[in-house]
Amino acid sequence: MTVAEVHAPLLSLDSVVHRFGSSLALDNASLTVQPGTVHALLGENGAGKTTLMRVAFGMLAPTRGTIRLRGAPVVVSSPAAALAMGIGMVHQHFTLVSAMSVAENVALGRHGLFHPAAAAARVQEISAQAGLALDPHAFVHTLSVGAQQRCEIVKALARDVQLLILDEPTAVLAPSEAAELLQWIRRFADAGHAVVLITHKLRDALAVADEVTVLRRGRTVLTKRAADTTHAELASAMFGDDARPAEVEHIAGTDADRDEQASAQTPATRSGTVVLAAIGASVTDARGVTVVRDASLHVNAGEIVGVAAIEGAGQHQMMRVLAGRLAPTAGRVTLPADVGFVPEDRHRDALLLDGTLDENIALRGAGARRGRLSWGSLRAATADIVTRFDVRTSGVSATARALSGGNQQKLVLGRELADRPDALVVENPTRGLDFRAIASVHAALRAARDAGTAVLMYGSDIDEVLALADRVYVMHNGAVLESTHDRDVVGRAMLGGSTI
Amino acid sequence: MTSDGASVRTQAEVSSGRRSLATMLLAVARVAILAGLTITLLIVLLLVTGHDAGAALSALARGAFGSWYAITSATLVRMVPLGLAGLAVVVAFRAGILNIGAEGQLLMGASAAGAVFAVLGATNAVLALPLMLLCGMLAGGAWAAIAAFLRQRFGVLEVISTIMLNFVALSLMGWLVRGPLQEPTHIAPQSTSLPVSLHLPTLLPNSQLHVGALVLVMLAIALWWWFRSTASGFRVRAVGANAAAAASAGQINVARTTATAFVLSGALAGLAGSVEYTGVTYALYDSFSPGYGYTAIAVALLAGLHPLGVLATALLFGALEAGASAMQRDAGVPSVVVSVVEASLILAVVAAQQWQSRAVTRAEASA
Repeated sequence: MTVAEVHAPLLSLDSVVHRFGSSLALDNASLTVQPGTVHALLGENGAGKTTLMRVAFGMLAPTRGTIRLRGAPVVVSSPAAALAMGIGMVHQHFTLVSAMSVAENVALGRHGLFHPAAAAARVQEISAQAGLALDPHAFVHTLSVGAQQRCEIVKALARDVQLLILDEPTAVLAPSEAAELLQWIRRFADAGHAVVLITHKLRDALAVADEVTVLRRGRTVLTKRAADTTHAELASAMFGDDARPAEVEHIAGTDADRDEQASAQTPATRSGTVVLAAIGASVTDARGVTVVRDASLHVNAGEIVGVAAIEGAGQHQMMRVLAGRLAPTAGRVTLPADVGFVPEDRHRDALLLDGTLDENIALRGAGARRGRLSWGSLRAATADIVTRFDVRTSGVSATARALSGGNQQKLVLGRELADRPDALVVENPTRGLDFRAIASVHAALRAARDAGTAVLMYGSDIDEVLALADRVYVMHNGAVLESTHDRDVVGRAMLGGSTI
Repeated sequence: MTSDGASVRTQAEVSSGRRSLATMLLAVARVAILAGLTITLLIVLLLVTGHDAGAALSALARGAFGSWYAITSATLVRMVPLGLAGLAVVVAFRAGILNIGAEGQLLMGASAAGAVFAVLGATNAVLALPLMLLCGMLAGGAWAAIAAFLRQRFGVLEVISTIMLNFVALSLMGWLVRGPLQEPTHIAPQSTSLPVSLHLPTLLPNSQLHVGALVLVMLAIALWWWFRSTASGFRVRAVGANAAAAASAGQINVARTTATAFVLSGALAGLAGSVEYTGVTYALYDSFSPGYGYTAIAVALLAGLHPLGVLATALLFGALEAGASAMQRDAGVPSVVVSVVEASLILAVVAAQQWQSRAVTRAEASA
């Protein structure tokens, strides 16, 4: 790697502020990218990595702050303007037209006449030059995820970009493909271009990056040369803990260890019977990607078990398997007859927004119900839930849509807990709620635990998981490991920085 | 459209708190507004096209309600197929299925009833009539099942497949009345007329109103009760309102529920066809249905996808269609004017629902 000569940086973002409604997504975020380097942009979910790069790519206008390109202040008004300036971005969710061929996708957005043969030849030329294998005539919907990503990159290269922003590029790739991509990124930067690599995988960042910037709650909290930093330093920057000497190396111990830890750390845990369990469960999704591999986990009666993971680790599939909402492709699952489930996206997966509250209560178990519905008792049950879980509403005939987010969540939680299920599976139960609603959701989960329910909870906020859980598992890349109840250990394992 | 219809009702329920009374008042208001809107649109259209609005309207009213014959043998007789097919559309749309194929399912229902007669001949009515209606339902359901299968297995949009199947059904019927089901002299492209013994019994003296009207009213009530009071009806509504939540929170088998509702919808449209055949036309021919299956979509939407509302809107459309021919005959106003009014009504109602749901969204955003 050639250390960049002291030119003006290729791109610099200074004190960028971006406001979404009343919340600050970016709060004085800064980033400076030198030509010829790979710059890793790190941060946990919601830290503002993608938002900052969308500002650089012209998709979002900054509320405040300046963008400089080779030292000169610029206004990036649109992605088209960004491409004209030589800035390209490959989004985490690809922006390809699946019914079109690779060549057509690459040509998309250009002006003038379309010559199929010339377009295909150009794709051939670029992909050969860049060393990215790609068939220009293949239709995008027939391509593997890796090939689609190469198509996105070639699309950017066709515009002669100098700076390529890649948003979580390795998240969707198999390990061998990911390694290849990282090598390609290195070569691309060595050829004088620059790459911003958005990631939450520390290993990727340290393997390929020259420089590292960490965002936390929309703020730049650390910028360093990759060679001068460590896993531990980056992890504590990301999760905001004061740097503590990192000396914890293993996550999963022997069974004996595990029992010891559990009893030592969580006096609240009763010696309950196993209620929920997965043994060697795997899930392969519709694309053929294995998102949960050989995962084992159990939850006893009367305990809250937390699962911590970064986005895309397979936690949602794992939760659905244990809630009995998804059949594993392999492995064994033990479930009680009745499992309550509070999914992360309540609007999509839990509520009939235009239905009344009693209709939403009637929804639970509707799949197995026979004969007539007794609306009288359903209405009474709804009124009971509304009282017990303090759902603020004008009445049981109000629509779910008319409730605030916190009250919707209390309604869903109340519905799932009303029949005292043996087990309850919850995902990010306090997402989008205010302080008071969070407190009452936590109280409800603890009360359920104390009443003997086996509670399994996934949270993207590590602190919430640790605060609620009696025992903790960590998911990374589809694998499940039991962890000690320790912030550092959990944080590191989430990022795959441990024995995995 | 389904959720719009649902939100219209539920919003009103919230504000009043006494839901049954509010729903009823709203339904009455809705019908009154529709009727008023229809007459206003007609007058405007007649004035714009330079016709004598007074003469035309009175001809229309005479044709629809002016006599015992007009009421029972024109308006109410047309209301039956519109209402049955309208119920078919309600069931599908409530389940989130955009079944545009009631027309084709209706034609297949009629054809199946015709085939039963061709096989059995003039036999015992007590045996043959129920069999004809049953086979009509089965055929309509089977025709819908094709689209249901294509949707489930290959993700084919039912809007496309059901429209296409309408044309296939129309051609199939055209072939039947020129081939296997053609009358014995092989002159006219139509089937042998049913003997009087196999006509659906009439309901009232001196009229052509047949027992199909009774079937319509009973089915409307039954469906209303089914949606409201049974677990399976609730499942259909839940899947139509939010399939993801129905699967996740309700653990409802969405694929099975959708397929069931789709086939039920087709069966109701098939019944409309076989009732029309045994109660009104007594024969199959090319122009068997003047687009009842398409008008049924308007009937269902204007009823807010409510089974009982269908009775009111089917009556309105039945009267309009009965009056249209009288208007053409007596006042020289082309009957297509009524088609324009029907289409304008749909546009007005859809626009009003959009406006209402936006208002709700705005109210939420500012809350």
